Amino acid sequence: MRRRRVVAVALKELLQVWRDPRSLMLALLMPVIQMMLLGFGANLDVAHIPTCTLDQEGSPFSEDLLKRFQASRYFDIVRVLRGTGDIARAMDRGECRLAVVVPAGFSRQLAGARQASVQVILDATDANTASLAAGYARAVVGGFAADVQLEVAQRAGLAALPQPVAANARVWFNEQLESRNFIIPGVVALVLALVGAQLTSLTVSREWERGTMELLLSTPVTRTELMVGKLLPYFLIGLLDAAICVGFALLVFKVPFRGSYATLLLAVALFLAVVLSIGYLVSVSIRSQIGASQIALFLTVMPISLLSGFAFPIDQMPPVIQGLTYVVYARYFVTTLKAVFLKGSGVAALWPQLLALAAYAAVVTALAARAFRKRLP
Amino acid sequence: MSDAAPVVSASRISKAFGAVRAIDELSFEVARGEIFGLVGPDGAGKTTILRVIAGVMAADSGAVSVDGVDVLAEPERVREHISYMPQRFGLYEDLTVDENIRFYAEVFEVPRAVRQQRAARLLQASGMEPFRRRLAGQLSGGMKQKLGLTCSLVHAPRIVLLDEPTTGVDPVSRREFWEILYGLREEGVTILISTAYLDEAERCDRLALLHEGRMVYCESPLQLRRRMPGAMIEVPTPAARAARDCLAVLPGVRGVLMVGDGVHVHLDVADDGPARLQAALRAAGIPHELPRAIMPSVEDLFVALVGGGGVRR
Amino acid sequence: MTVAAAELTITVDRLQKRFGRFTAVGGVSFEVRRGELMGFLGPNGAGKSTIIRMLCGLLRPSAGELRVDGVDVARHPEDVRRRIGYVSQRFSLYQDLTVSENLGFFGGIYGVGRDRLPQRMRYALDMAGLKARADTLVGELASGWKQRLALGCAILHEPRILFLDEPTSGVDPMSRRRFWDLIHDLAAGGVTIVVSTHHMDEAEYCNRIALIDRGLLVAIGTPDELKHRSLGGELLRVECGSLGRALELLRDYPPARDVAVFGRTLHVLVDDAAAAGAPLRDYLAGRGVDGVRAERIDPTLEDTFVRLIGSRRPEAAA
Repeated sequence: MRRRRVVAVALKELLQVWRDPRSLMLALLMPVIQMMLLGFGANLDVAHIPTCTLDQEGSPFSEDLLKRFQASRYFDIVRVLRGTGDIARAMDRGECRLAVVVPAGFSRQLAGARQASVQVILDATDANTASLAAGYARAVVGGFAADVQLEVAQRAGLAALPQPVAANARVWFNEQLESRNFIIPGVVALVLALVGAQLTSLTVSREWERGTMELLLSTPVTRTELMVGKLLPYFLIGLLDAAICVGFALLVFKVPFRGSYATLLLAVALFLAVVLSIGYLVSVSIRSQIGASQIALFLTVMPISLLSGFAFPIDQMPPVIQGLTYVVYARYFVTTLKAVFLKGSGVAALWPQLLALAAYAAVVTALAARAFRKRLP
Repeated sequence: MSDAAPVVSASRISKAFGAVRAIDELSFEVARGEIFGLVGPDGAGKTTILRVIAGVMAADSGAVSVDGVDVLAEPERVREHISYMPQRFGLYEDLTVDENIRFYAEVFEVPRAVRQQRAARLLQASGMEPFRRRLAGQLSGGMKQKLGLTCSLVHAPRIVLLDEPTTGVDPVSRREFWEILYGLREEGVTILISTAYLDEAERCDRLALLHEGRMVYCESPLQLRRRMPGAMIEVPTPAARAARDCLAVLPGVRGVLMVGDGVHVHLDVADDGPARLQAALRAAGIPHELPRAIMPSVEDLFVALVGGGGVRR
Repeated sequence: MTVAAAELTITVDRLQKRFGRFTAVGGVSFEVRRGELMGFLGPNGAGKSTIIRMLCGLLRPSAGELRVDGVDVARHPEDVRRRIGYVSQRFSLYQDLTVSENLGFFGGIYGVGRDRLPQRMRYALDMAGLKARADTLVGELASGWKQRLALGCAILHEPRILFLDEPTSGVDPMSRRRFWDLIHDLAAGGVTIVVSTHHMDEAEYCNRIALIDRGLLVAIGTPDELKHRSLGGELLRVECGSLGRALELLRDYPPARDVAVFGRTLHVLVDDAAAAGAPLRDYLAGRGVDGVRAERIDPTLEDTFVRLIGSRRPEAAA
């Protein structure tokens, strides 16, 4: 491999990207836009659930209970209903996703030491949100119930009832349970793959379309020199984009970063190698720019969004699909990213993922280099 | 011909694309320092031949050798010896003239000083000096072609392959282009050039006239002219169609072509031809002026050799 | 020679077309007579197609007056399109329809009456020699056939004016001649035909030629007029032993007004070929060049073109 030729190809490619407004926008603006859209938009947390209340009793107890709902950050009381007929109407119109109904006779039941019941009605068209909301509602009611119990016990002259078992949940790595913290690292993967694969998928097809490839074929440039030369600028752009994305994650979204930058760099470099090789392979195999760019999109965005563990946890997937994810290169990268950001893991813990990525990179690169024929069909 | 071994030698090469035989058992030789033309209409196989010789496309059968290298066996070796300029020039439209030249120079690892010197000389010769910083995409057709040629010459190749470099280009640029080629010839460079303009055949030292993948003829333009059977007579007349209908059926007339100001008659034997034509026209009452012998065009030759001469009704 | 207004089917006065800052056509004026075969000759990008598109009402001119068959094209483009036929550079045929289907389609959109159409279609098939191939898909035809079919589609509605934009690109010489034959037949029938081409030798087929370069009309006249008038001299073809030496010598020889290499010969421009031949031979032979033969040759339109525009070009070699 002759350095001069590689440099010549790389320089030419860089100039072409620099002078093409679309490529430039894709390379520099897209990461920013994607980070903002996905970062701000992707949020699996549930809070401020629109809630309606129906107090059929109107006693201090019922008011107390409903006040707890109001005080909770998980619920936003949007309407106070007059009658049960209103509930269905409010839900249909989407005004609220949850309705809390305190029936008449609630305080009498409480006073009579019988189990009082509160009705919570949920709009479960979004099952995830609904089940979380139900959980929160139970917690609020449970908190109220515990306090009532304490009061009753005190009135009866008993000492505080011992709690038989207390479960102490400690949350590691993502103390606020901020879904954003584990989504954003995945977004970084998505952005790098999107930009990297898109840019490189065009590089060879463009030369075919414009007729310059035919001339290149007749020169002493070898397949390897061509590939390395062409991918070098995109690799550098990829690193720049990674820096932009990580910067966003740390500064705008305040995702904690506990690992080492060196490990991050290694992971990013390997991932870029895979993504760029995929793009190159597509570009070599498909002569039209439009076709190449579409297939590249399909091979990157789809598996990353659905199967990399970026948004949908892998261990919740059916076993067959779980098996499939082992083939998805992004899985290793997303896992690594999350670990480096939130767990502070280093190479010692992550070497299986990094090795997988490296293996992937080696295989795809070899395929891409070989797929390129230095002859016309 | 020169006594040295031929620089390019093609022996019975064939190449088919599916059912279509692009080239069919083609053989020819090119001597060192000559301008060899591959002349023929579109679809004749010119581009395919050049691609095979450049090692960019593999022939189905046959043998090609360039400067002693077996192209089919070792296409990579050939690339150091030749320069190939495909039909669409191979220019990067979003790079400047200078950047394009530099890229191709680097690909052939031309030392920097040499590149600057050669580029300056070539650009000067083609009048492109003032356009060095212009993006290639903004050049006119003639200038793009000259830039393409400059890029292919910057590494001083001894053998140059040009695929229809003058198609659609203005005559002034075309003339300048050929002047550059003649200059190269003086330096001993061997040039293979393909063209669909039959009249460009005469600018070559020797040519291969091609039709549908087969060689119709392979000699020098002068000899081509002498091959023309019979003679070409021009008869100016305002009633070209009537004249055509009248003359086409005469014995000894191979074909009659209507042109803007009369007809061109391809006669088997020249001796009393013009007189006979005049007699026929006079008999039919068709106004005309004195017929005179003209030189057949290369297209006339082509049609005579391939298509059976002119158009008969 | 003034021509009666009724005889002029096309009049163009100071026609211009600008695309942004680029002037594609910069002030062109000419006239075409009824039944004339006019050729626009010039390299790619000269503006020929642009002019034709403006004449067809497909492009609006930036400036200038344009009349086709008495109609002001800029103001009534639809009116013009009914009277003309147009064959575009790529033939614009439907590859996945048959020959007949293409004809039927074009007949329909040109508004050929239902009763007339079958007869016109037969005529077109006959003219193009496609009777036996009426049900062949166009995509399967060779380019020569396609070219004739495109012409057939353009004349179904019997237009009085026909515009052909580079109709012979990519076609072999035999088909090309056959095509020109058809054109001549049409012209003889009174149809005015305007053809554009970048093949210098094709211009010989036309009655008159307009040389167009970089959006301007360089010259206009019959092939003969252009060749002999503009050249301002006659051409000698000189063959000899050492071409390079002869070239140098002739550059210092005043009667040789212009010398150019052409293959293995030299083309020399002199005032009078008959008179200049012998002295030139002597001049060269006297300086050591042997085997000199000089004969008069007809100039080509390319020589004319080069002569006419060569001096205007800043990049032309000195």
